[in-house]
Amino acid sequence: MAERVLMKGNEAIAEAAIRAGCRHYFGYPITPQTEIAAYMAKKMPKIGGVFLQAESEIASINMVYGAAAAGMRVMTSSSSPGISLKAEGLSYIAGSDIPAFVVNVQRGGPGLGGIQPSQSDYFQATKGGGHGDYKMIVLAPASVQEMASLTIKGFNLADKYRMTAMILADGTIGQMMEPISFEDAQIETYEKPWALTGTNCERKHNVVNSLYLQPDELEKKNFERYERYKAIEQTEAMWEEYMMEDAELCVVAFGIASRVAKNAVAAARAEGIKVGLIRPITLWPFPTQALNAAADKVKGFISVELSMGQMIEDVRLATQCKRPVALCNRCGGMIPSPDEVLDSIRKAQKGEF
Amino acid sequence: MEHKRLTLFAGHYGSGKTNIAVNYALHLTKEEKQVCIADLDIVNPYFRTKDSEKELSEAGIQLISPQFANSNVDLPALPAESYRLVQDKSIYGIMDIGGDDRGAYALGRFAPAILEEGNYRMAFVANCYRPLTRTPEDALEILKEIESACGLQFTCLVNNSNLGPETTPETLLASLDYMEKLSDLSGLPLWLHTAEETVAQALPETVKPVLPLQLQEKYFALPSQKPGNRPLWG
Repeated sequence: MAERVLMKGNEAIAEAAIRAGCRHYFGYPITPQTEIAAYMAKKMPKIGGVFLQAESEIASINMVYGAAAAGMRVMTSSSSPGISLKAEGLSYIAGSDIPAFVVNVQRGGPGLGGIQPSQSDYFQATKGGGHGDYKMIVLAPASVQEMASLTIKGFNLADKYRMTAMILADGTIGQMMEPISFEDAQIETYEKPWALTGTNCERKHNVVNSLYLQPDELEKKNFERYERYKAIEQTEAMWEEYMMEDAELCVVAFGIASRVAKNAVAAARAEGIKVGLIRPITLWPFPTQALNAAADKVKGFISVELSMGQMIEDVRLATQCKRPVALCNRCGGMIPSPDEVLDSIRKAQKGEF
Repeated sequence: MEHKRLTLFAGHYGSGKTNIAVNYALHLTKEEKQVCIADLDIVNPYFRTKDSEKELSEAGIQLISPQFANSNVDLPALPAESYRLVQDKSIYGIMDIGGDDRGAYALGRFAPAILEEGNYRMAFVANCYRPLTRTPEDALEILKEIESACGLQFTCLVNNSNLGPETTPETLLASLDYMEKLSDLSGLPLWLHTAEETVAQALPETVKPVLPLQLQEKYFALPSQKPGNRPLWG
């Protein structure tokens, strides 16, 4: 039997990153993701890696920029307010077309907000956050096992597409403990001929930069980048369907909200309501295909979120507003109970959206 | 089971200290003891003793916890009433210490009074399935770090080796060698095995003493969460 260990979500990210070949961690502590830094601080010196607590979030993301430019597998992690501080660096990394891995274990906002779980950085993660036209691959784990597996997936995708992959988790998944294993982990490696590794006077030097002196050149770069994004949208979307075969209603939820929603769907099924769940695993690319297909079968959707309603906009876009979409939400660090979600399902069953 | 007036649970973070402290408090009240439990965890913002407030209060157990526990104030401060545990010698006191050496610093201020009274048991809670205490040597390193942080020596070990909802009696049985080695390395006797109550009931009689644990239900447990689920690699 494969070795199983009992891990916190945050630790699972750190261990998975190390297994994926990450030997450079730069960060600044913030609740509720501090265990990632603590784990790295303990382990990196023992395996010849670098753990560095920077003087600020801004410094740490720029250290990531530097190490990534040198072709290293590198990461940083933070929680909501800290990610806002890193936004400038994320935009530079996108403009330079280099791979990076970033973790946001979300807490309530806006502002300093709170330390309890939240999903209100959905817009920030999927629509940019920093300035300029760019995207990040956004992965939304719903279990400690997925914290590990999507971390490895994230490093692979970042290298493959030379862009940032972000884990968008929340405080609960970061803090809770579940048994996991690392069996079958697929670590992919990619050549990085663009990396700044020293020329030995044997080749033309590489340049990593996000500045373009001519506007037409910058436009061309952006066009090229969006061609790459289009390919990712077509091939990399991931989602889970639960009890959707005969569903007349569809709950859409990711991360911790999807676990509550799953229990509510099971309870509604026990009452005879034909309801299913689509759980986006990638938030960008959003599983538009799955939702648009569901819109041709169901009467309506219920978006369950730990925010004032952010993903609901992507549900409406993906389904081209063919069906009504209700919102079932809590925010500020609160999590909806299965009963609250069940109430929304019952209302939708009666046509109330 | 013989009880000391003060019982302290410390160990690696995530080793199960809080669950054990709460269940041990409930166990003590069954023996008609007057019990007070103090949450001295100043490092962990989630899953705290305070989550069991209702069960504790129904059992007549006084809970002392940081004023801001479970709120958005991430403030490492302890309430003044924590001193009741060392000053009021008519009660049985239980201290739930924060994880690792960082969590154990908070205990330091009580150490002189605890040593002076000399009626305490300090248990190192170990789970061999936690990644940073996978070997007895790793666990010993954390044990020593905690002792230097708080100025108190452990007196015994608690074996809380488990894999959460996947725990079976075999999970615990497979940890016995590990615990024996940790006992040899540290020179500390094993005081207790702990396990979720259905697992505890299924353990062979040779494994003793066992404190069965009642765990809190989480409403975000997955309906499909059962042993043997294959990991998703996307």
